[in-house]
Amino acid sequence: MSHDGTHHSGPHAKLIYMANQISKFMESKPTAEGIELFASHINDFWEPRMRRHLFEVIDAGGAGLRPLALDAARLIKRPAAQTV
Amino acid sequence: MKDFIIPDRDFGTPAAKSKQMVTLTIDGFDITVPEGTSIMRAAAEIGISVPKLCATDSVDAFGSCRLCLVEIEGRNGTPASCTTPVAPGLKVHTQNAKLKQLRRGVMELYISDHPLDCLTCSANGDCELQDMAGAVGLRDVRYEAIETHFKTKNTSGEANPHYIPRDDSNPYFSYDPQKCIVCSRCVRACEEVQGTFALTIEGRGFDSRVSFGARDDNALASDCVSCGACVAACPTATLQEKSIIEIGTPERSVITTCAYCGVGCSFKAEMRGDELVRMVPYKHGKANRGHSCVKGRFAYGYASHKDRILNPMIRDSINDPWQEVSWDEAMSFTAARMQGIIEKHGRHSVGVITSSRCTNEEAYLVQKLTRAVFMNNNTDTCARVCHSPTGYGLGQTLGTSAGTQDFDSVEETDVVIVIGANPTEGHPVFASRLKKRLRKGAKLIVIDPRRTDMVKSPHIKAEHHLALTPGTNVAIVTALAHTIVTEGLFDEAFIRDRCDWDEFQDYAEFASQPQNSPEAVQLLTGVKAEDVRAAARLYALGGNGSIYYGLGVTEHSQGSTTVLGIANLAMMTGNIGRPGVGVNPLRGQNNVQGSCDMGSFPHELPGYRHVKGEAVRDIFEKIWGVKIDDEPGLRIPNMLDAAVDGTFKGLYCQGEDILQSDPDTKHVAAGLAAMDCVIVHDLFLNETANYAHVFLPGSTFLEKDGTFTNAERRINRVRKVMAPRNGYADWEITQMLANAMGAGWTYTHPAQIMNEIAMTTPSFAGVTYELLEEKGSVQWPCNEKSPDGTPLMHVDGFVRGKGKFINTEYVATDEKTGPRFPLLLTTGRILSQYNVGAQTRRTANVVWHDEDVLEIHPHDAETRGIKEGDWVRLASRSGDTSLRATLTDRVNPGVVYTTFHHPDTQANVITTDYSDWATNCPEYKVTAVQISPSNGPSEWQTDYNAQATRSRRIAAAE
Repeated sequence: MSHDGTHHSGPHAKLIYMANQISKFMESKPTAEGIELFASHINDFWEPRMRRHLFEVIDAGGAGLRPLALDAARLIKRPAAQTV
Repeated sequence: MKDFIIPDRDFGTPAAKSKQMVTLTIDGFDITVPEGTSIMRAAAEIGISVPKLCATDSVDAFGSCRLCLVEIEGRNGTPASCTTPVAPGLKVHTQNAKLKQLRRGVMELYISDHPLDCLTCSANGDCELQDMAGAVGLRDVRYEAIETHFKTKNTSGEANPHYIPRDDSNPYFSYDPQKCIVCSRCVRACEEVQGTFALTIEGRGFDSRVSFGARDDNALASDCVSCGACVAACPTATLQEKSIIEIGTPERSVITTCAYCGVGCSFKAEMRGDELVRMVPYKHGKANRGHSCVKGRFAYGYASHKDRILNPMIRDSINDPWQEVSWDEAMSFTAARMQGIIEKHGRHSVGVITSSRCTNEEAYLVQKLTRAVFMNNNTDTCARVCHSPTGYGLGQTLGTSAGTQDFDSVEETDVVIVIGANPTEGHPVFASRLKKRLRKGAKLIVIDPRRTDMVKSPHIKAEHHLALTPGTNVAIVTALAHTIVTEGLFDEAFIRDRCDWDEFQDYAEFASQPQNSPEAVQLLTGVKAEDVRAAARLYALGGNGSIYYGLGVTEHSQGSTTVLGIANLAMMTGNIGRPGVGVNPLRGQNNVQGSCDMGSFPHELPGYRHVKGEAVRDIFEKIWGVKIDDEPGLRIPNMLDAAVDGTFKGLYCQGEDILQSDPDTKHVAAGLAAMDCVIVHDLFLNETANYAHVFLPGSTFLEKDGTFTNAERRINRVRKVMAPRNGYADWEITQMLANAMGAGWTYTHPAQIMNEIAMTTPSFAGVTYELLEEKGSVQWPCNEKSPDGTPLMHVDGFVRGKGKFINTEYVATDEKTGPRFPLLLTTGRILSQYNVGAQTRRTANVVWHDEDVLEIHPHDAETRGIKEGDWVRLASRSGDTSLRATLTDRVNPGVVYTTFHHPDTQANVITTDYSDWATNCPEYKVTAVQISPSNGPSEWQTDYNAQATRSRRIAAAE
């Protein structure tokens, strides 16, 4: 969200925000189920470019991501290397 | 083109629904009909048309014209056959010397006060008075009326005080009182069919006149919503379409489907040559049952509007003027650009947006273009910005995103919850059917920030109006569930049978938590706890409970969660799987259901099957001869983000105006401006076309064959009634583009595309054009298991097996009011305009709504010094715009409301890019804003209009 000063800039800021939104919904479920559903949601709906940006955040320590989103990272499918 | 002989007889009175059958004899013929049938209708069923004037089968019998008299053996007198019900063993005579004489006498009196200008009358050839004069053998009128209603002057040359001149105030029909026989059909149609009560009979006896409300009201100034029901009911030239007056009577008619909202009304396009004379609602249309609204009935003039672009155009840069080119040139230019982008930036750098206004066959081809020719899954559709949360929410809980009922179901409902929908404006024909049921006793609960006409209008009133603060749907829906669970109002037998009881226990525990109680959420929602509790009790215990919802549910950052909550409510109360109940998303566009069914979403192949499924990909790979990408593609907002990011460069956008309809206009504009090839395929140079490099002119629904699927999953035929003015149907244009890029497609008729859909998509397996000819329409799933289609879903079990309860935790939107932006803006629609207005703004519908206005509560207006009609500046964190204000208590203090039909308003400059957590459906319905007095259009509006004007230049032909 460009108008929210607490976020990062560029494509990452929006993805962190979106991931946290999904995370908040999943947090009302039992932890294991929430983590699993978070990951499958991302795998099912996020295009590889978006997942690649998400992994850039995760690989840099995941600053800004809610804990459930970070915990789910191991279940998220890493996109194949960029192809042209 | 196909000419249809239509079984469209008028049976005089509505069909009776009783299962009890009665046998009687009419003119010596035995006939068996349901109890409650009129003698008139029973006679009509065996082909005997009793003469009539005031009776028509769209409204209840009235018995005023006395022309339909019959004799019944053993009974006294000559009762009216329209108001006399059948009884076992009756022996009825419809024609004998006495009846003939009586009828002639009645006709003589009618004709004595009617002008005899039949030859030049606009109803010549289509007048029931004329027909009946012939039917009763009227040969002479013995009375010389001293006073008439039709002579302008009396014999002394003085003005006739009974003469009322023609009322031409409505743009589409005229009211000519001198032709009126006061049969009351119009008044009854307005009451019974439309439910507006705009018409009345004023005066008594000879002074009785049809009147639009008060004596000095004309048609336009009255409550009339111009649905055309009165015009359809009128037996004479009194209420008549102006197009008939101008053109003459039609010579043939073709059944087709309206291209406006998701109700999907069936119409007869009545033609003379290739000129459309009028659109008349089709009595046997299963969605509309012979009714219509002002848009479908009258607002088709955009098809021949001068703004329509009829030749393809290209340009190198969006700063250049457009160049008109041949179709061949346009295709080679476009194919070369798109191929260039793919070579340079990869196959994922391009994508498509399918249209929810085009046919199923066209949407199927557009998604096939990206999947089989561009080789990616970057396809999305306008459902992204409306009902994508429905797809997610109902898919998770019930197993399919589809609405559960047909529209007929509303006739059997007892309690209706309308949440986040405004059917009298957005889905008017459904609203009329709902209001008809409400007038017969069903109860209504409206959950909406605004006091819509559903809350209170003539002869209907909601039991409960929960006027919640925008953005708190989840809190209200969960509070309803809390009440049902904690007060033990749930249907345990249904839950045990149809859902997982343990899962329900988990959900019940969640819903019962004190923070979900109506009392606890009262401060958030602004709705009194006792109202929420009373509404919950009514829904749970009031009989057949149905929920109808619209974009006020989905277009929130928790849109999907509210849909889950709605499904939870229906399941826990056992309101699924039979007539009169269900969960019914009211779809916005004519074919938004269809475009979703056809695989327009980036993660799903046709039939809602995820692209990760190998077996599903295999089906399409075999037929298409390509390898299908197994990763989900980009959704519209993601496409725009990727464009700004520099990795998405080319877009083919069919029949969709994302620049006007999508949120945060500045972001959309930036995304479009960053692309190297934007192809807009539309009727008009829409707002998105300002950023396009290729414009492909589209065809209207009158100019092509195909199918639309409405909100009840009904697949209706769209039939070509005239040749495309732009030269090609839209499916042909997509095929040309695909073939210019080497696809080698060879479709010659949309029926072949439907065959491919049926071959690949199980829920459409039984659908063919032949079947649609035979049945008129079918509701999917239509396959071996349900060869005639499926009116009701989840009858014996949920599509997903057991219904699934899912927790619906309320998370407040981050779009919050504060000192700078203290008010909440919510948006909606108005009856006369349709979405971004591209079509309706180019019709006479602008007389009802020629600009968007801001509704503001008088208290909020007063503290800001704003008066009725003032220009105000509307500002949010995203941007600002200016429009006129109107003061109303329809909205609560703290809430303002506007429509988004006019591009000048730019309401989406204000909306933010917050979106639904699950689907990225934008949060149109909540924006924190501030209002202040203003002198006129904002700087953005002025700049925008300058850019639009520059961008729409077309170079003169050389």
